[in-house]
Amino acid sequence: MTLAADIATIWAFIIAFAVFVYIVMDGFDLGLGILYPLFPAKTDRDVIMNSVAPVWDGNETWLVLGGGGLMAAFPLAYAVLMPALYTPMIAMLVGLIFRGVAFEFRWRTTQSERNRWDLAFASGSLLAALAQGIALGAILQGVHVEGRHYAGGWWDWLTPFSILTGLALVVGYALLGAAWLIMKTEGELRDRAYHLSWYLLFAMLGAIGAVSIATPFLHIQYTQRWFSWPNIVLTAPVPIAVAGVTVLLLRALANKWDYQPFFLSLALFALSYAGLGISMYPYIVPQSITIWQAAAPENGLIFLLFGVAVLIPLILGYTAWAYWVFRGKVRPESGYH
Amino acid sequence: MFEGWDAVVLARAQFAFTMSFHIVFPAFSIGLASYLAVLEALWLWTGREVFINLFNYWLKIFAVAFGMGVVSGIVMSYQFGTNWAAFSDKAGPVIGPLMGYEVLTAFFLEAGFLGVMLFGLERVGHRLHFLATLMVAIGTLISAFWILSANSWMQTPAGYAINAEGQFIAADWLKVIFNPSFPYRLVHMVLAAYLTTALVVGAVGAFHLLRDSHLAGPRVMFSMAMWMATLVAPIQILAGDQHGLNTLEHQPVKIMAMEGHFDSHPNGAPLILFGLPSEAAGKVKYAVEVPKLGSLILKHSPDAPLSGLDTVPRQNWPPVPITFWSFRIMVGMGFLMLALGLFSLWTRWRGILYEMRLLHIFALAMGPAGFIAVLAGWITTETGRQPFTVYGLLRTADSASPLAAPAVGSSLLAFVIVYFIVYAAGLTYLFRLMAAPPHPGEQGPSGETPTHAAGITPAVGATAHGAAR
Repeated sequence: MTLAADIATIWAFIIAFAVFVYIVMDGFDLGLGILYPLFPAKTDRDVIMNSVAPVWDGNETWLVLGGGGLMAAFPLAYAVLMPALYTPMIAMLVGLIFRGVAFEFRWRTTQSERNRWDLAFASGSLLAALAQGIALGAILQGVHVEGRHYAGGWWDWLTPFSILTGLALVVGYALLGAAWLIMKTEGELRDRAYHLSWYLLFAMLGAIGAVSIATPFLHIQYTQRWFSWPNIVLTAPVPIAVAGVTVLLLRALANKWDYQPFFLSLALFALSYAGLGISMYPYIVPQSITIWQAAAPENGLIFLLFGVAVLIPLILGYTAWAYWVFRGKVRPESGYH
Repeated sequence: MFEGWDAVVLARAQFAFTMSFHIVFPAFSIGLASYLAVLEALWLWTGREVFINLFNYWLKIFAVAFGMGVVSGIVMSYQFGTNWAAFSDKAGPVIGPLMGYEVLTAFFLEAGFLGVMLFGLERVGHRLHFLATLMVAIGTLISAFWILSANSWMQTPAGYAINAEGQFIAADWLKVIFNPSFPYRLVHMVLAAYLTTALVVGAVGAFHLLRDSHLAGPRVMFSMAMWMATLVAPIQILAGDQHGLNTLEHQPVKIMAMEGHFDSHPNGAPLILFGLPSEAAGKVKYAVEVPKLGSLILKHSPDAPLSGLDTVPRQNWPPVPITFWSFRIMVGMGFLMLALGLFSLWTRWRGILYEMRLLHIFALAMGPAGFIAVLAGWITTETGRQPFTVYGLLRTADSASPLAAPAVGSSLLAFVIVYFIVYAAGLTYLFRLMAAPPHPGEQGPSGETPTHAAGITPAVGATAHGAAR
């Protein structure tokens, strides 16, 4: 491997990291919106909103980094994938607009209008999550590339598999949202979050199973990657670890340990994400474009790598500080209304 | 739907629409973040309650405006890929890292400290809170730095090479970042943001002074805003002039379109004040012009020759009427701002700044002038760059995604509908906040949103609010 190849690999990990941090940070955030219709009481909704209001903006910035980073480091992949994922991307953006403005708008209005912004928050979150999951499925199943262009139609992404991954991500985000509520609330709200977590955990396990079974049928390469010898020595630990985390999660839910479910749910996401990486590597557009083919010229990758190396730790530092400032349980009675 | 439409035109319409709705919010929040930092600093320094009241008053407005800027900004960061894939592939290696640095150095800084700025005054103490406000303000300026560098590179590309795949690659990053038009554009835009905010603050102050000229909060904000207009409007006119000279050097065709110079003038060009530019006729109809003044302004010599669009192949012309008119609107707004600043200076000298109703009415009417000028200015510079995305090197028609018109048209329609719903609501809420005057004991966003942690009771939070610790 040449120097350029090494940098492309580093960048693939950086983009993967940014996307994963986005999932960690905004997953529960969108999940709260997905669960919102199940909490109709205004006090509950105020608490749910306030548990994330100080940090949602930073959470979504990781999505901008994912998109911007992809354009900077793998411009060819960005140029092929975005038109291929056109409709899910537009739907995601529209969803994010509605849910994003709801954070401020719902405090600035009367009861009947507030209900409308609550609806915007819930449906926007659902739409964004569904669109992200569909985009993921569409990438996994591969897109039609000719030369340096996307050459398919604007509905190619719509398949049973992409719908499955869309629903799977909605379920997963909802689990993260419920686990977040367990950690950040108390009393009846927390009890209901516990109750929901049981259902959502089993739904998520079902979703992981369904996607895992369906993926090898997409491309023979996926099957070989996972099941051929000696790959299986490296891939088998992933499902085993999923089983292990599930046991810990069930134990935490049963014993009502408030802080564990959130982090264990994130562990489930991390394992699913690792599985995704195993399936895709070294392609960035599966079966068409590898990370080396898509990588930007070396000097650009090095130029931005300096910034990433210095700034990402700094960003993680002050982001952690912001979370620390707003730590602990959010209480409904602390408002001024 | 949209069968038979031109996909590139639809993509341009979509970019123009989403960008226009986006740009007004950063323009406002760059200025407002700095204003908030000044207000908080004045409060910490003097301890006067009026400053913290004003801070909390404008902080609520900032929260709404910033949120709208964020969500419309996410749209922009993905639109390069969705609608302009060929541009992203070719120019991504140069533009991408600049935007990457914007995210890393600015967006995270703003977003990371915004929560503490909005909701954290009681949690972190005054000094740390001021630091958060400062970080948000600095973040908005850093953001302007990078995005204007990227934009300026598209206007005046420098420090690049082209590789075997036809991609632009950076040969010298410093030359890319500090490309020839960047310093001028940066100064012009940041000043525009400050003026825009000053005019909004001034209009809100004037609105409340018209009702009651004794209110402390409106007096302070009105006076501060008028100082800003007085001092910055003339500087901005000078900066704009310098920017224009820079454009003449690097993008002369844009100047020809802005000035309506269809014909070359070997013996000194006139300044066309008004008229109807006609590309078909190749002249400005009903032109009202001052002989030789065009050369005097652009070349500092009345008889200096100036080339016209007749020296440029027709397929390289930017849309002349739009460029011509948007430029005049911007300049007109600039001179109105100068007039407002001078008027306020005169009333200040006479000691009737808070009583002169005519000034207050003028300031109120000028509330949106900054936004109009910013939009008109951006339309001038972006339309004037056409028909290229990377000036002289990559044509707009070769930059678009390989998408059919129905896809681009449908997404444009979706954005139009969504933006009109969201922006109508957002503007209503902003006006509602501005319609009430700042009052003693003004609460910040945290005063209305229960974000207090376990252990801090509301009573403690309420009494500590505004009191020096």
